[in-house]
Formats: sequence, C-alpha cells, structure tokens
Amino acid sequence: MTVAEIDRVNIFMAVRRAERPARRAALSLALPLIVFLVVAFVAPILYLLVTAVGNPETREVLPRTLEALQNWDGASTPDEPVYAALAADLKVAKDNSTAALLGKRLNYEISGMRSRVLATARMVEKLDTGPYKEKFLALNQDWGSPETWAIIKRNGGSLTPYYMLTALDLKQAPNGSVERVQGDQAIFLDVLGRTLFVAGLVTLFTLILGYPVAYVLTIAPKAIAGIMMLMVLLPLWTSLLVRTTAWVVLLQSDGIINDVLMALHLTGERVQLIFTRVGTVIAMTHIQLPFTILPIYSVMRSIPTTQLRAARSLGAPPSSAFWRIYAPQTLPGVVAGCLMTFILSLGYYITPALVGGPRDQMVSNFISTYINRDLNWGLAAGLGVVLLVVTLAIYLLFLRLVGADKIKLG
Amino acid sequence: MRYPLTGRVLTLSLLALTPLCSNAARAQDTLSVMSFGGAYQEAQRKGVFETYTAETGVKIDEQEYGGEIAKIKAMIESGNTTIDVVDVDAPTLLQGCDEGIFEKIDWAKVGPQDDWIKGTTSECGVGTIVYATTLAYDGAKLADGPKTIKDLFDTKKFPGKRGLWKNPATNLEFALLADGVAPDQVYETLSTPAGVDRAFAKLDTIKDSIVWWEAGAQAPQLLASGEVTMTTAWNGRIYNANKEGKDFRIVWDNQILDSNYWVIPKGAKNAEGSLAFIKYAVEPKVLAGITKYIPYGPVRKSAAEFVAPEDAKNLPTSPQNLTVSLTLDNGFWADNGDEIRKRFTTWLAQ
Repeated sequence: MTVAEIDRVNIFMAVRRAERPARRAALSLALPLIVFLVVAFVAPILYLLVTAVGNPETREVLPRTLEALQNWDGASTPDEPVYAALAADLKVAKDNSTAALLGKRLNYEISGMRSRVLATARMVEKLDTGPYKEKFLALNQDWGSPETWAIIKRNGGSLTPYYMLTALDLKQAPNGSVERVQGDQAIFLDVLGRTLFVAGLVTLFTLILGYPVAYVLTIAPKAIAGIMMLMVLLPLWTSLLVRTTAWVVLLQSDGIINDVLMALHLTGERVQLIFTRVGTVIAMTHIQLPFTILPIYSVMRSIPTTQLRAARSLGAPPSSAFWRIYAPQTLPGVVAGCLMTFILSLGYYITPALVGGPRDQMVSNFISTYINRDLNWGLAAGLGVVLLVVTLAIYLLFLRLVGADKIKLG
Repeated sequence: MRYPLTGRVLTLSLLALTPLCSNAARAQDTLSVMSFGGAYQEAQRKGVFETYTAETGVKIDEQEYGGEIAKIKAMIESGNTTIDVVDVDAPTLLQGCDEGIFEKIDWAKVGPQDDWIKGTTSECGVGTIVYATTLAYDGAKLADGPKTIKDLFDTKKFPGKRGLWKNPATNLEFALLADGVAPDQVYETLSTPAGVDRAFAKLDTIKDSIVWWEAGAQAPQLLASGEVTMTTAWNGRIYNANKEGKDFRIVWDNQILDSNYWVIPKGAKNAEGSLAFIKYAVEPKVLAGITKYIPYGPVRKSAAEFVAPEDAKNLPTSPQNLTVSLTLDNGFWADNGDEIRKRFTTWLAQ
C-alpha cells in the first residue's frame, strides 16, 4: 500500500470510530422493533419449520422397540425380542395416555394403525408375561408385516419428510422411495394451483378497476379528489369480517344483486353467486382494491402532467402519449400494488370460507382444518411452509423481472 | 453463558408474575368455565352459572370457544391451564381422553353412573345434555315439507340447496339411513370399506346441492335467508330461531342423538372446585332447569320428573319425538374418524 492509501484507510477508520456512538444510539432506538420482530415473526416461522419436519411421537413412545429394531434385517418378520419391547413400550404408553398419539401419527402412513395400536395397548395391559409375538399376530396379523415395521423404524428418526411430502402430494413407500400419491388422495397441488389462480385473478381485476381510479384521483380537483380518496380508504378502515359478511348478504340468492338482475330482466331465474368461485373473486377484489390503488396513486402523483402535454404538443396522438410517456412511469406503482395484492390474496382465509363453496377453499382453509379439527399440526405446518416458499419465490421472481429499484410504494 | 442468564431472567419474571396469577384466595372464589357460546351458553348462564354463584358465592368467569380441541391442547402445552372446566362434545371428549388432555373424573364425588343415559359417562367426562341433529325446514316457505330423511336426498320432490354440517359425522349416517339401512345396522355398515363407499356415493347424488355450514348458528341463518330448502341443524338452534318469530319445523324422524360433557383440562389449578361445580351442574333439578331456556334433554334419568310438560315436548328425548332415532357412536368415530375425515376432506376439495 502506498502512504496515500494507508492514510485513506486510517481516515476511514477514524470516521467510523467517530460515528460509532451515533450508530449505537440508532440501533438502541430500533431495538424494541427488532425484539418484537424476533418474538412475533422470526420465532413463529422457525417453530413452523420445526413442526413441519418434527417427529417426536415414535421416538418418545417406542424407545425400547426402536432399539430392538436396530438389528432387524428389514425384510422378514421380526423376532420375539422386538414384540416384547413393543409390549413393554405400549404398557408404559397406556399408563401415560400416549398410545393414542402414537397411533394417530402412524395412522398417517399406515391405514388403520390408530385402532390397531389402541387395541394392542389394551391387550398388553392384561398380559404379564410373553411370548408376545404370537399374541400380537393373533390380534392382528398385520403385526407380522415387514412394511409396518419398516415404517415404525423409519419414524424413529427425529425428523420426518412425511408432512412436506404430503403437502406436495408425494409419499414415501415402505422401502423409502418417493412416489406420487394416487388419484383421489392427491389434493394439495390442486389446492395450491387454485390459490395461485384466484390470487392472480383478483390481482388482475384490482389492476383493471384500480388503475383508472388512481389516474382520476391525480387529475381530479382537490375537493372531489378528497372525497374520492375517502371512499377508497373507508373500506380499508372496516373490519375484513364485516366486509365479507356484507358480501354474503349482497350475493345470496335473495340478495340485492339478484333482486336487481331479476328486476332488469337480465336473468330469468336467480343466479347462484354465493358459495361460488365468482362470488369469492368479486368479494376479494373489492377488499383488495385499496391495496392496489394506493401505491399506483402515489407514484402517479409524482409524474409531472406537463410531460403528457409536451408529448401532445410534439405531435403524439393521445393514446401513444399515454402508453409511451405516462404508463411506463407508473410501472413501479403498478408492480408494488399488484405484488401486495397478490401476496395478501395468497393467504386469504375468511372470505373463501364464507363466500366460497367447498371447491373454492384455499391453502389457508386447509391449514385451519388441520390445526383446529384434525389436530394434525405437522401437516398444517407443512402446508404453511409450502405457502411461505411459494410467496418468497414469487417475490424474488418479481424482483428479478422488474428490479428492486422499480418497486415503489410512493 | 447466555442460556443460564436467560433462564434466570425468565424465572425472575415468572416469580414477579406469580402473585398476580395464582392468588390463592382468587382461585377459590372464581372458576373459569368455557362453553360453546350463543343461546346454549346463555341457557347455562341462567340455569347453572348464576344459581351456582348464588348458592356458593363462587364467581363464574365465562369463556367461549367453537369446540376446537386445538385451543384446549395449546393451553395445556403452554403449561398454564387457566380454564377450570370445559364443555366439550363427544368426539373431543374421546380424543382428549385418549391423548391425556383431560383429568380423570372421580365419579364417587359426582353421582351414581347408572343414573346417566347409557353412553354418557366416561372416565374423563360427565354427560350433561342430549341434543339432536335433525332435518329442519322453513314452514313459511314450504307448506308440505319433508317428512323423512329420504327427502333430504330427493332433489326432484324438493328442489333447491341443502345445508349440511361440514363434518363427516352425522352426514354419513344420514346418507345410509336414507339409503335404507336400519338405524341399528348403520355402524356395522360403516365399519366396512363398502359401507363407507355407499355413504359417499349417496352424498355424491346431492353433492352439487350442498351448502356446508360450520358454526351451529349458520344453519338457521341459511334457512332464514332462503339459501337452502332444508338443512340439518342442532335442534336447539331451530327452537331458538322460532322464539325469534320464525316458523321452522323439525323432522324428528331419524334424528341423530349426541351428548355434551363437562371435563377438567389437565393441570387445572383448582381440581376440587372444578369437580364441585360439575357435581352441581349435573344435579337432576339443575339439568331439568336448563330445559326452560334451551330444549336439550337431561342426561340423568332422575331429571325427567323435574322437566315442565311444555318444555318436554321440544326435547329430542321425549317419547313422541323419539320414534326412529340413532345415537351417534362416538367410539366408532374415535377409531375410524381419522381415515374418514381424510377422505371427507379430499372428497370436499374435488
């Protein structure tokens, strides 16, 4: 290094040193937010990721059995020590009320396993001595199936790919190979596709409806623009549930929309709008409109109207002045608005649940079903991870296509 | 080095909070009770909670939920059971009992088990009321309404949508009953794969006409808005809509009976107080008293004599309503529910 370079480095370091207290002060001001984000955002996501691959049930309930299975060849029916170990484990499980948890977990991968485990636990409670193998096989001959044991052994690991695979309509065969789920059990890719499709449609409609509104907002006289702005914002201040319920009232067969259609003789009979995809998209479009309008509006406001006039005076026809001069400059707002609406739409839950039919339920509705009704938190977390990854992928794709500097909220 | 410090900070803050949370005096004169809200909880408030407070001085801190076992499980897993007594439905009772979410009941302190209707006592829960899932329709819109469960599946005779509970339980049973299976054969049939196929095939015939409801209050609302021609519903909800001026009619034929239970969540801080409350809540006179506010039948045989005749006619358990009925087999659903629910979820999505 030359002397000049060394000087430059020293000055640089000195400046940094001098700035340090200020940086610390800034950081300490941001600290409450950072702590809040860690607690309310980062930690739940980590928990979600862990739940999606966690596999504690078999390890905790069947420690002796898993140990006895260490030396099993994986192809034949295991010998007496394995059954004796299982009997000992199930006795403990019966006392601790954990047999049902194990049965439920294994039932995901082996049909009928829940009742088999519970019946076996009831049986071993009454047995004092072995040999156990023949009694297990007499109760249910599937206890002799190597596939059952392969799946039990596989679940001795602390992590499982089961939930993630299921969320992607895949499954692991007893021999470990991954295959596609057959026919009517494969629903989640379909649901994911439906979620993306509805979100895309809603984004498109909010753009078509919202862009002209944003433009009018920028050119309207102040007083009128103020009133229009209030009308855009007012729904945003109303609870999502209230707006959704309002749409239920409007869309139902005896509702106002159908009354008007009938009065105008546009239809001969009442149209089914509620509990359909059409109704869901209408309600979601309405709810999402402000999210698309506001970023577009704030970008439009920063574009000088003189540019359009200049283009016209230089001979451009109105349409080409708009499309070649004005529209490209609004792109950052359009991208930001669409991105926001699309990503928010991916997570919609209440509106499809109340306005949609069973075939309009989105990924979030299934997550809720698995959390609340089926108590299958692993699969709920797996679906959550899929949704998270898809959302991030779409976000990155947008960034890639338009560039981070092009996205502007105002 | 960081971990012990965090641990100490946590312990310190917990210690600091302790006097606020587990004040012994407070724990004894307040009991936190969670039930299903709506008209049902209002009936419990008038028939049980208020009289209990008047007799013992113990205040009832009411909580509401929608029957989600997840909420109870999450509370127990957090290690701080703040609710003392919960009203649960039968599937929740069985699942929670199997998975160790509820405390065992000391029946000696509650009452003689043989006074309860068969199947409404459990090692983890005390039966409280019997309700029915029935077919219902709006008498103001349909003068000549459905008479049997077969009419639910007859879209020629009764065109229009049907409301059904978004749950396989009750719907598969209704499907088989309508398909000609006798009530005492229903669960035998459902135990075979062919029987489950048959039930789904029957539901398939009206799949496009079904509107699914999830909360009990939605069923009468669907009827009121005219969105459905008929719906399955819990009988108390229909009764309540009629109190508000509707003319909804109940088809008692092939009603499906089920009961609710009082349970104590694992780790409840005042188990003695919880049990004392449950003992009071299921005393024959108290059970009979609830029927004044909502038409759910008492589970104790000895309660029947205290029920007023004008209330008895609305109860699912009264003789004139109990001609053809099925009692929901919750043991069946505990054993096979996971499989069938999985199939039901995929069937709905297709």
